[in-house]
Amino acid sequence: MVPTNYFVILSAILFTVGVIGVLTRRNALVVFMSVELMLNSANLALVAFAQARQSLTGQILVFFVITVAAAEVAVGLALLVAIFRSRRTLDVDEVSTLRG
Amino acid sequence: MEYIVFVVTAIIAAVGAVAMVLSKNAVHSALFLLLNFGAISVLYLLLRAPFLFVVQLIVYAGAIIVLFLFVVMLLGAERVEDTPDSIAWQRPLAIGLGILLLLEALYVAFSRTVGAVTPVAQRNEDFASPERIGQALFSTYLLPFEITSVVLLAAIVGVVVLSKRSGRVEQAQRALEHDADGRSEQMEQVMERVG
Repeated sequence: MVPTNYFVILSAILFTVGVIGVLTRRNALVVFMSVELMLNSANLALVAFAQARQSLTGQILVFFVITVAAAEVAVGLALLVAIFRSRRTLDVDEVSTLRG
Repeated sequence: MEYIVFVVTAIIAAVGAVAMVLSKNAVHSALFLLLNFGAISVLYLLLRAPFLFVVQLIVYAGAIIVLFLFVVMLLGAERVEDTPDSIAWQRPLAIGLGILLLLEALYVAFSRTVGAVTPVAQRNEDFASPERIGQALFSTYLLPFEITSVVLLAAIVGVVVLSKRSGRVEQAQRALEHDADGRSEQMEQVMERVG
């Protein structure tokens, strides 16, 4: 059995890659994909800890996280399509109307 | 044997994630994300979570990636970043902060979880079989499960409302664009007169 720690370290690496993607990319779609990557790495850590504790609750929590992520992707992509229709761009630097 | 599978899959997952962030084309990003999701689903299998393995493949690799690819190709927004960066100084700062976060997370992972997560003495190979998860979902976690359906319904309604072309907004936008055109023409006329 692979130690839990290895999965946690991999999860930390994937989460950091996701954070860097959110911070550096300007294409709103890729930013969104990076958010999905961060959600996935958190799920991986949850499943690893659930396995270490032999607890079913962690896996059920991951199931709910996946469901909410699916809903979030649908709404987020609809928002991006709406933004693209009105602004003709998906560059997050261009879409700064709400900036004070 | 499990170690070899873990190492290979972990490398594939990490490479997929890094390539997703680095690739210039959004379609390539989505496909690298698919690679990463597939690798993570294999890791779920390694963690004895067959139900989540299947859910990950169906929901993430199946539905979400298809949705992403569909939107990327529908909008034709593969390469919106060819224009020069208007706030270029943020990029090295962001990478530095990301590396700092990685070091911090690794420190916590090494210092807190190495001895702290005591594996349960008696191990049950199929403690998370789909059968057991189903039983738990429909007994202990029945209320959250039902609330999930409300969340999905809200998402469906929200998507329909957002993607519906509302006539009034379109008209207002067209009027605004027309107005802007008119103004720029006026400006040109004024400039001609002055010049």
